[in-house]
Amino acid sequence: MSKRGFWDVMNTLDRRIIFLILLICVTLPLLLNVGGEIPPTAPVERAYDAVATLEAGDVLLVSIDFDATSAPELMPMLRSVLRQAFAKDVRVIMLGHIAIGLPLGHMALEEVAAEYGKNYGTDYVDLGYRPGYIAVMIGMGREIRDFFDTDYQGLRVDDLAVMDGVHSYEDIDLLFGFEHGAVIDYWVRYAQARFDQRMAFGTTAVMAPDAYPYLQSNQIEGLVGGLKGAAEYETLIGHPGLGTRGMPAQQWAHLLVIGFILLGNIGYFVSRRNRG
Amino acid sequence: MGSPVVMVIGTWLAGFLTLAILSFLYKDNPFYKLAEHLYVGVSAGYWLIYVAFFDVEPMLIDTFMTETGVEKWLILIPGALGLIMLSRWFPRTAWLSRWPIAFTVGIGAGLGITANLQGYVVPQVEATLIPLSGWNLVSLSNLILIVGVVTTLLYFYFSKPHKGVLGGAARVGVVFIMISFGASFGYTLMARISLLIGRLYFLLHDLLHVLD
Amino acid sequence: MKRSIPLAITFLTGVFLVVSFFVPHEPFGALEQRLLIWFSIVSGFTMLLGVDNLLRSHGRKIGRRNPGWWHSVVLLIGFAATVVLGVLGRIHHGSPFHMQSPFMFVYTYTIVPLQGTMFALLAFFIASASYRAFRARNTVATLLLVSAVIVMLGRVPIGAAISEFFPAAQEWIMDVPQLAAKRGIQIGAALGAVSMSLRIILGIERSYLS
Repeated sequence: MSKRGFWDVMNTLDRRIIFLILLICVTLPLLLNVGGEIPPTAPVERAYDAVATLEAGDVLLVSIDFDATSAPELMPMLRSVLRQAFAKDVRVIMLGHIAIGLPLGHMALEEVAAEYGKNYGTDYVDLGYRPGYIAVMIGMGREIRDFFDTDYQGLRVDDLAVMDGVHSYEDIDLLFGFEHGAVIDYWVRYAQARFDQRMAFGTTAVMAPDAYPYLQSNQIEGLVGGLKGAAEYETLIGHPGLGTRGMPAQQWAHLLVIGFILLGNIGYFVSRRNRG
Repeated sequence: MGSPVVMVIGTWLAGFLTLAILSFLYKDNPFYKLAEHLYVGVSAGYWLIYVAFFDVEPMLIDTFMTETGVEKWLILIPGALGLIMLSRWFPRTAWLSRWPIAFTVGIGAGLGITANLQGYVVPQVEATLIPLSGWNLVSLSNLILIVGVVTTLLYFYFSKPHKGVLGGAARVGVVFIMISFGASFGYTLMARISLLIGRLYFLLHDLLHVLD
Repeated sequence: MKRSIPLAITFLTGVFLVVSFFVPHEPFGALEQRLLIWFSIVSGFTMLLGVDNLLRSHGRKIGRRNPGWWHSVVLLIGFAATVVLGVLGRIHHGSPFHMQSPFMFVYTYTIVPLQGTMFALLAFFIASASYRAFRARNTVATLLLVSAVIVMLGRVPIGAAISEFFPAAQEWIMDVPQLAAKRGIQIGAALGAVSMSLRIILGIERSYLS
């Protein structure tokens, strides 16, 4: 094949071949299970430190603001944060603003609570969802029960010991939100700004760049971004999970895409030169 | 849902649906179409249940049943507004739905003014006023940050033609915007790959049991 | 009446919420809280409008036997089955969201894989786009490309193995130039949102009434 012919073929490569190469590139590292701990970066360490400031009996509000479209990134970090909190006997209150993702958060909550022998209603609660998240966020600044007088399964929150003395942001020591969209902006602009609520976030990699300004302005205390952030958090709590497990595949996919970009550009410049 | 048989059936159903969606990568086909429409249908059903169980039942019905006095009747106002919203279903009464829409838009607008100023503009401008003391890398980075924020803002200032000083500043702004878009692209790619890893992990671990 | 009442409602609620922000004392605080609860309740109903539109359009497709009408049948069956299982969950388990409820079976084994895989497809398309469309055609496009490559390398262990430059450069890009641009864009957007809110409250912007 002549040089020009080769690049012509490459420039018109069937996209299904690219799909297949990517599939292999992600599957093989998963099967081989190679890789190790991922050293933490400053934004993730800050998030970890924020949870580490909590003491037994303190209240951590966990907000499930994602759904299955971002579960592989956010579920590992959710589990890690819950492990860190339950290990310190922190009370966990869960709610969410993305209704279709809420059961995912609940499953992780039940799974990790069982690991630490925690009891529903005493050590943790899932309040569920109410529509209109701006209103819910501001209204919770006065009285949580005005919106959530029952939990996700209809039990009255006043009957649950975990909610004793918890009425507003004044009684919540830290909010940790798991975000795949703009809800993070609302948390910061409505709850942090107006009520001075301490907060840290785990976000999808897509959302992480948008959250950096909040980190630099100290409106949020920490930021765990994407699968890599999840892997870093797992390193910090000393409990490797699906974040760490996925990083080798992530790495090889990145290298492949960089290879695609280089190859595509070489083909582009060769074709342009040949066209004259 | 908890019995092992149900879980196995569920896992195989999930596996079939996962492969049906992935089959789109080869080409559009009836399995993909089936999965796609099933997704839209069950999601719509899910929303309906959510509204009923997390909105109408606890916030309207329960409140009406448990409250006494004037509170009991006041809760009928949002209930009525919600029902009026549904007047859109009928062309002759559709105009009535503007009332609840006006109510939600008014609240959103009123809250948005103060939240955007107090929660974003003021703290972010404040965080941009950072020290430039001495000739060192920190000061240089701080200077670049300040220049980047100002020139990006100027790039989006369209009330004057981008000529002269404004044009020069806008061109500098483009440099920052492109670097930012590049970083966002890199992060977006990471996210999409992570989702693929998640689905492949499900297929290899939960369905085929070839991973520990 | 068709326009003036909605405009008055928007004006009054909007102005009241600005006032109650600055004067949170009674009676403003309690009234604001009441309006927020009402807002939450009414918001739920907007979701029903979307569901209704969807069901009507697919019902029409079936009625007219449009090409692919059986897809719409699948959609309606999926919808009906989910609602029925949700109601059954409420009756038998006290809540559709009880982990033993059949509604949660639908959630776990259909919604989660379908939604997750739909978005996982994007990995393939973004990889293909990287190969076909991500070209260094000019200086700004090259900047974008270089920034993307540094970030991609800096976020995986092999980047640090090649050179410590990649993670350090990645961190600097995120902390300085990308942060600066994001902040600039978002300050502009926030000011735009404030101005739009004012226009809505004052009745200058009325597109939401159409």
